Amino acid sequence: MHLGAIDWIILALYLAFVLGIGIVSARRTRSGSDFFLAGRAIPAWVCGLAFISANLGAQEVIGMGASGAKYGISTAHFYWIGAIPAMVFIGVFMMPFYYGSKARSGPEYLRMRFDEKTRALNAISFGVMTIISSGVSMYALAKLIQTLHVFDAPFAQLGLPQAWIFHGAILTSAIVVLVYIYAGGLRGAIYNEVLQFFLIVAGFAPLVWLGLRQVGGWEGLQATLGPSYTHAWAGMAHATTNRLGVDWFGLSMGLGFVLSFGYWCTDFLVVQRAMAADSMSAARRTPLIAAGVKMFIPFIVILPGLIAIALTSAPDHTSAKASPPAAVGSIVHHEPGVIPVKIDSASGKPMLDARGQPQLDYDLATPNLLLRYFPTGMVGLGLTALLASFMSGMAGNVTAFNTVFTYDIYQAYIRPGADDRHYLHVGRLTTAVGIVASVAAAYMCSQFNNIMDLMQLVLAFVNAPVFATFLLGMFWKRTTGHGAFIGLAAGITTAALHHGLTLPMDDIAGIKGGWLAVTRSYPSEMAQNFWTAIWAWSTCFLVTIAVSLVTRPKTDESLAGLVYSLTPKTLGEAGPWYLRPVLLGVIMLIGVTALNLIFR
Amino acid sequence: MPFDVRLPIGLLFLAIGGLLGVFGLIGDPAVLEAHSAGLNVDLIWGSALAVFGAFMVLLAVIARRRAPPHD
Repeated sequence: MHLGAIDWIILALYLAFVLGIGIVSARRTRSGSDFFLAGRAIPAWVCGLAFISANLGAQEVIGMGASGAKYGISTAHFYWIGAIPAMVFIGVFMMPFYYGSKARSGPEYLRMRFDEKTRALNAISFGVMTIISSGVSMYALAKLIQTLHVFDAPFAQLGLPQAWIFHGAILTSAIVVLVYIYAGGLRGAIYNEVLQFFLIVAGFAPLVWLGLRQVGGWEGLQATLGPSYTHAWAGMAHATTNRLGVDWFGLSMGLGFVLSFGYWCTDFLVVQRAMAADSMSAARRTPLIAAGVKMFIPFIVILPGLIAIALTSAPDHTSAKASPPAAVGSIVHHEPGVIPVKIDSASGKPMLDARGQPQLDYDLATPNLLLRYFPTGMVGLGLTALLASFMSGMAGNVTAFNTVFTYDIYQAYIRPGADDRHYLHVGRLTTAVGIVASVAAAYMCSQFNNIMDLMQLVLAFVNAPVFATFLLGMFWKRTTGHGAFIGLAAGITTAALHHGLTLPMDDIAGIKGGWLAVTRSYPSEMAQNFWTAIWAWSTCFLVTIAVSLVTRPKTDESLAGLVYSLTPKTLGEAGPWYLRPVLLGVIMLIGVTALNLIFR
Repeated sequence: MPFDVRLPIGLLFLAIGGLLGVFGLIGDPAVLEAHSAGLNVDLIWGSALAVFGAFMVLLAVIARRRAPPHD
């Protein structure tokens, strides 16, 4: 597949518009509040779309397609169980504290509610995590673009080696994101995230349409793949009878409560979008509007994976006989097709799993489908959608990083008391530093994959218990700073211990777990992750309560606006239904329940 | 006037949709349809994107006219 002139024009148009929005936003960015919080002047619908777009990075678009091919429609649990309830919770219950406290970041809320040491722990771990996440995403996209070979011809014409495609992808995207955030700050990032959201939908929706048309629609997918692929709740009674390798309790508590609420309710990357809203009502509606869109994202990002695996097992539904439905929990091995076999880069031979079967390279499910269906012109749109997803995720990380570093590290510990212009200047400088650090992290990924895996693992330990700290801080006024800090430390330690004492089946002790001793085997790595989170959260919750009961709490006066019982209630807002957060939240929960029932 | 992001989104989609639509019209149907199971996706999807782009521009223009005068 070679790119035509029209493909290049579409890519160039996208880059021009993205840079243009950044430059226009720069005219309105004159203060620290403008740069870090978009002047708190963004309408709810824009914040809502930015809220999901910042999370819709390349890892999600490619990764969810890969999971769709590997696990089937059960992957939608990451949305219908693992996102929507938490988004409703933050919109209805938590945004009044984030927005009403006038905190400029998540860690700053922890400082106002607890103390400096709790803020510092959260700020430093969050800052490191955003850079690593941005770098991993950058590496994934550059590697993907290199693997697709769409840029081989133009690079060869310029006399450049193929390895430069990797460097070109990283540098181009890094420079564009740097320009529009440096110029427009959070405002430039948010406006571009809305543009990128529409482009992602425009690029992937026709893929689903064409794919479903070829496999015979949803009924064709069901006939080809069987219930274990097309029923989200099939076999969830036991971990060994479904593709995810997780039982319903581990899924509901580990993913649906601990990890989901920990991400959507406390991760400043997404919370920052809601904090940029132009009113308290708009801030509360931001995650609810996002939830309304988010529940349908699986049809854009997961279905391509199912279509790819269906075409891999039955190349053309119109000419091939449908294979018999697979029994729930059985493992079906497919012949190579749309999804290629993974090749060991050292030996050049196919990689085999523990059972001696060839491993499929699921990460190529969505990209290969794109190259299969899209003619010249549409390929340009598809690549633009991939680039947009990558840039939105990267910009989300960088804007969160520059805010947390400037306010929670630089202003708090390095140079307090400077004027607003100074912090605006530092914010812009931090943006450049953050981008350079992300590029360095991307190259670390390509050289030392295991080190990056280890760093991500350590940060997962740090993140698992943090929702317990926010939950107790917002809803129990007796929670103390010492309780929060010791509880967090205990939760992190528990996460590390649980990981060190357990191991997924078929894995060897090491980075996958069991590095202390193997006291328990889990059916899958996912089950181990969910239970690590459950143990970490529970420990943090109980230790925080225990320590808080024996230490002195803050006065009621100092907690006004920070704790539920000491904040004026805004639940019964007037106005039409679409402006009322509680009613919107109920509608979202009904919608997601309906989707779970339809695809059960 | 506050910046209305619908305007650049609409203009970009009009441009991309127009390009795809024209390419679908003047391109070789046999080549274009070979990929997409007999459909001229460039023409169909390009038209849809252009209509969406025009709709977004229209929304932005209406909002601009309804906005109170800015001093």
